[in-house]
Amino acid sequence: MGKIKIAVKTPRIDMTPMVDLFFLLLVFFILTATFRPEEAAPIKTPMSTSQTPIPDSHLVTILISKDDKVFFNVDNGTDSTEHIRAKVLQAIGSNYKISFTPKEIKKFEGLASFGLPAVKLKDFLNAPDQKAREAMQIGIPIDSLDNQLTMWIRFARTYNNDLSFAVKGDGDANYPTVKKVLAVLQDNNVNKFNLTTDLKAAEIPSDFIIK
Amino acid sequence: MAEIVQEEGHKKGGKRKVKKHGTHIDMTPMVDLACLLLTFFMLTTAFNKPKVMEINLPEKPKENEKPPELDKNRALNIILVQNDRVLWYVGLADPNKTLPVLNEENFSKEGIRKVLLERNKALYMSIATMNRDVTVGKLKLSRDSIEGRVKRFYHADKVGPIVLIKAADGVKYRNIVDIIDEMAITNIARYTLVDINPVEKTMVQAYLAAHPSVTAIK
Repeated sequence: MGKIKIAVKTPRIDMTPMVDLFFLLLVFFILTATFRPEEAAPIKTPMSTSQTPIPDSHLVTILISKDDKVFFNVDNGTDSTEHIRAKVLQAIGSNYKISFTPKEIKKFEGLASFGLPAVKLKDFLNAPDQKAREAMQIGIPIDSLDNQLTMWIRFARTYNNDLSFAVKGDGDANYPTVKKVLAVLQDNNVNKFNLTTDLKAAEIPSDFIIK
Repeated sequence: MAEIVQEEGHKKGGKRKVKKHGTHIDMTPMVDLACLLLTFFMLTTAFNKPKVMEINLPEKPKENEKPPELDKNRALNIILVQNDRVLWYVGLADPNKTLPVLNEENFSKEGIRKVLLERNKALYMSIATMNRDVTVGKLKLSRDSIEGRVKRFYHADKVGPIVLIKAADGVKYRNIVDIIDEMAITNIARYTLVDINPVEKTMVQAYLAAHPSVTAIK
């Protein structure tokens, strides 16, 4: 009878600060997130010690995949009013006597890199899904007979003379393909360009380190 | 949790007051959702932008224009071969004279990097000294003026090697990036990518026949 019961209280945690923090972080991440459309092929870039960041816009990227396919990408400009991609596509279209509907152009603007002969572009843009598009990506022809990479570079430069160029190759791509791409760039008087790499630290043999 | 508990009014004068409940919102689902989205955005955000390595290739020589003469004592030829192997020799391979001996190195810090550093010691040391002075604070320079100084050092270089990078068959893109990166690490002022010539091809073939695997060296 003399036992005293201790009242068991459910501990109540005030979650308000936590929720506040969550939302703060959430807003931060939403605002900083940049959505990049999926690339045409997975590319594992080699490592280098270079620390220069890649330019934000006005950049032509030439991708070389592991199986030596070449893809092309040009960004749409610093803001959505430039429509560089749309202009380049229309120029290519008029060169190949293909006319693109506004819907197709819009679709093209939203995509990232692509790699297919220009004649297939219309089918590519009307492809029902990502899978069908992927199947069409057989690489841009870069042989001397039908060098469409040159054409893309030229048309991209027509609308923007201030472009910088980046070559984003897979570490396992074969050098002859890379050499061909570099030769195309040189033929177009692009002698200064960037190779996209991942960062690694430089190690120097001990007798060359200055104390 | 935000909770407002209102005291119920006492019944007065027979008036019936509607019983008021404390507004108590269960925030758990909202917190769950916020947490989920937060995780998603955190994982998808790529903070580190890819880096780029700038390279400048010489302009293509115009027709009937002679390529510039090369001081053959300064010419250091690096031939990349399959399986990440690196061969090098100094001078020019003249088929009418005795062919230079190929040396083999690898891509480690004691490998080709050491060879390049030894040959480029003067330039490397002056740039490294400047960089050290900047880090210790002895020298106050902006990032741009450091770059400018490095360029001037490069330009004034009269003794360092002129590196000719050549690739034999079976070379991967990775090897090219590695070797260009070596040039940057060791501050080589002059280097370029050139095609391998037939004499070097036979030299490489003979070398690989004699040394089929990497373990055969040293």
